[in-house]
Amino acid sequence: MIVGTLAAIFLLALLAPTLHRAMGRATGYVLAIAPLVGFVYYLTQMTGVGAGGATIVQWAWADSLGVRFSFRVDALSTLFALLVTGVGTGIVLYANSYLDGHPKRGRFFGYLMGFMGAMLGLVLADDLILLFIFWELTSITSYLLIGFDHEREKARKSALQALVITGLGGLAMLAGMVLLGQIAGTYSVSEIVANPSTLAASPLTLGAMILILAGAFTKSAQFPFHFWLPNAMEAPSPVSAYLHSSTMVKAGVYLVARMNPAFADDPAWQWTLAGFGGATMLLGSYLATRQTYYKKVLAYTTVGSLGVMVMLIGLGAPQAAAAYILAHALFKGALFLVAGIVDHEAGEKDTERMGGLFGTMPVTAIIALVSGLSMAGVPPLLGFVGKELLLKGSLHAHGGPQEALWLWAAIATISGAFMGVAGLQAGFRPFFMARTVEGEFPKHPHEAPPPMLIGPIVLTALTIVGGLVPALFAVPLINGTAASIAGTHEPELAKLSAIYLATHPNMALLLSGVALTVGVALFLARGPWRRITAPLDRFASLAGCERLYNVLFNGVVGPNSLATFQTRLLQNGYLRVYVQVTVLTTILLAGGLLFWQGGVVESFRGAIPAKANVAWTELLFEALLVGMICVAAVAATQMRGRLSTIAVLGVVGYSSAVIFVLFGAPDVAMTQFAVETLTVIIFVFVVYHLPRFAVYSSKPAKFADAAIGIAFGLLMASFVVSSFATTADDGISWFYNQAALPDVPGQHAAYGRNLVNVILVDFRALDTLGEIAVLGLAAVGVYTLLRLRQDSPAQGGLA
Amino acid sequence: MNSIILRTATRFMLPLLIIFSIIVLLRGHNQPGGGFVGGLLATSAFMLYAMAFGVPAVYRILRLPLTTYIAVGLGMALVSGLPGLIEGSPFLYGQWVGFTVTGFGELKIGTPLLFDIGVYLTVLSVCLLILLTLAEDS
Repeated sequence: MIVGTLAAIFLLALLAPTLHRAMGRATGYVLAIAPLVGFVYYLTQMTGVGAGGATIVQWAWADSLGVRFSFRVDALSTLFALLVTGVGTGIVLYANSYLDGHPKRGRFFGYLMGFMGAMLGLVLADDLILLFIFWELTSITSYLLIGFDHEREKARKSALQALVITGLGGLAMLAGMVLLGQIAGTYSVSEIVANPSTLAASPLTLGAMILILAGAFTKSAQFPFHFWLPNAMEAPSPVSAYLHSSTMVKAGVYLVARMNPAFADDPAWQWTLAGFGGATMLLGSYLATRQTYYKKVLAYTTVGSLGVMVMLIGLGAPQAAAAYILAHALFKGALFLVAGIVDHEAGEKDTERMGGLFGTMPVTAIIALVSGLSMAGVPPLLGFVGKELLLKGSLHAHGGPQEALWLWAAIATISGAFMGVAGLQAGFRPFFMARTVEGEFPKHPHEAPPPMLIGPIVLTALTIVGGLVPALFAVPLINGTAASIAGTHEPELAKLSAIYLATHPNMALLLSGVALTVGVALFLARGPWRRITAPLDRFASLAGCERLYNVLFNGVVGPNSLATFQTRLLQNGYLRVYVQVTVLTTILLAGGLLFWQGGVVESFRGAIPAKANVAWTELLFEALLVGMICVAAVAATQMRGRLSTIAVLGVVGYSSAVIFVLFGAPDVAMTQFAVETLTVIIFVFVVYHLPRFAVYSSKPAKFADAAIGIAFGLLMASFVVSSFATTADDGISWFYNQAALPDVPGQHAAYGRNLVNVILVDFRALDTLGEIAVLGLAAVGVYTLLRLRQDSPAQGGLA
Repeated sequence: MNSIILRTATRFMLPLLIIFSIIVLLRGHNQPGGGFVGGLLATSAFMLYAMAFGVPAVYRILRLPLTTYIAVGLGMALVSGLPGLIEGSPFLYGQWVGFTVTGFGELKIGTPLLFDIGVYLTVLSVCLLILLTLAEDS
């Protein structure tokens, strides 16, 4: 079942464009079946894993490397699998209407389902390498989805930025995982986290930890990598709701949570997570208050919330982290979908330019209000439970830094207030306050069609139910996940009911109340607040991490960068320079190696007497051929026309073929003849397009070319005589001969007397397959280049 | 090239050359030859035809686009690897069937033959695609 749903989703990703062509509007409904089935399956697993159970399914994959194809279903992966499949079902239905009539809807569904499969695989994988593969797949599908509107430059740029940052982090993470696998002696995640003492004993663990965190922090947009996430809002709204709030950006949080039992006692782990998480929380939620564009407000609060989750894991408050992950996915997913609805049905993106939308879209308005209040942390919603546990967690951190607990509680309260501002900005401002801008909405506002409302309605309902009746799903999920994060098998039992929490006063409740009050006050005074904090923007942009990214990025691949410089130097468009570079590199590297190993001169000496005692007739033939080749080669350099040069080079080629015949290599000779003939034909056609030689090389250039040519000739000659001098073990030849036509009849054999051909089509058939595949690709490349040139004569440089 | 001698000769030469290239392909397993050389020979044959009758004439007798031939050739080579997998051996492991043909002796046919035909088709269509595209320009 686990692998079945995963495979079905990937299969549908491949089939989506075809399905869409055949079924049109019905596609979304068909595609939604797979995640829905998965969702129901993981619901049935919920109680079992909530009590601490886990299922592992595995197959051998690359056994020699210790890599297995293994999946593990415990509470943590069930929570995420439920989010991926549940939110996924809603998103597919939503996108079906959102992109109604879009010409590339089929392709979109392909990417979306591909992402869904990758994300589901990521949270289920129990093998580090398997996890990494799914991880990178989510990065790639995210790139395709952010850049879906690829005709806009901003979308392409943001997509590339997200890919570069998460890709770099992913590479660091791979190194960290390999390191971890080396330390632990296994790639199995469950075995690694079960034995933290093995890791604690190794001096390499710190390095592995830092590298893995680099992957997690880039993926989950932690400071200082946070800037890619708001830019990723270029994606269509369903993508933002799904990838950039509910699932993909939580992959980093998931990884940190998953690895936590292995590192939890390490102060470096605690401080790094708490520090970066706290900074991200504060920065993200602060920046959110400065935004007015709907999706940007949500994007920055998402950055802040991801910070909260990472910080809580570092502080040793797994229950709070689990509750926050669940609450955040529910309210933020709904709000992003609302943002999409408002944009789709009213044509407006700026919350300050909206107002009074409750009258025209009441259902959307209620959804937005409930979810916004959940984000602000108002009881009895699930968001309130999350915030209570966050404040409690920072007040009573038991795993993490004990020294400055007031600091974590203080920044949690401040960012709680900022989240309140953002919650009201997104859930209240557009719908229940008067519109202050003159004129009509760009589109006539109306309620969204039912398929677009299903997802947000379900998410909002869960936000309410989760707070009021936690036993229904919140308790098993949160407590089970907390146990997975902590690495224990017995779930911690704590009161999760919003009503209980709201009626039992303590320090956390007080801070929560302070945060909410300050949040409401700040929201009412948001105009002045934005004016006052505006000067800080300049500081923020001066110290901006995005600026640093741009400097580095342009330094590597922009104009006037390293890449441009070396391309101009080595690939300047002149064929002769390409050939010079290639030949010179070969001479330096291969020749250098040959002479460094030594013995070349001796092998030249050894080669001479070995060939001296042959019949004089044979010698005459050989001398004639060699003489012909030499004369033709020298003549080729003296020709003043292209055609005559080619003809003379043909003499060199055919004479070499005759040498092959003399030395008993008819196969090579045949091929050489055929290739030589076709080469001449190609040259004749190409020459037709080229102008006559206008400028001949200068004297110094000729000498340089001659020097390179002679050096290369010497190198090749050295190779030949060196290969004669070494007495290779002829075990391979013997084996080939035996296997091609065995002495013992009936043995499994290749049944061929032409050993060259048997090697090509049987023994080394995989190599040949690769070679003909390259041939095919090369042909397509040549064809495209030539066609391109024909269609647009102005781009003659391509030839 | 507008030469009656060339045209008439080519009309007879093309089938002969193609048959020759196929013989080279088939005998390759035991004697000098094989798919690669065979493909190159067949390319020369078609180029001769192109010189005598023009590039469009070659496309006409080929009927299908050359990219299709490339795909078919690569596909045959790829498919020839599958029987080995089914039998439980590695990909591309040769599988053979023997027949007794009356008056000829035993004839063995195996997946390497299919592979070599794939090589032949790929080499032929790749070279032709490049050459004909270049020739079209002229």
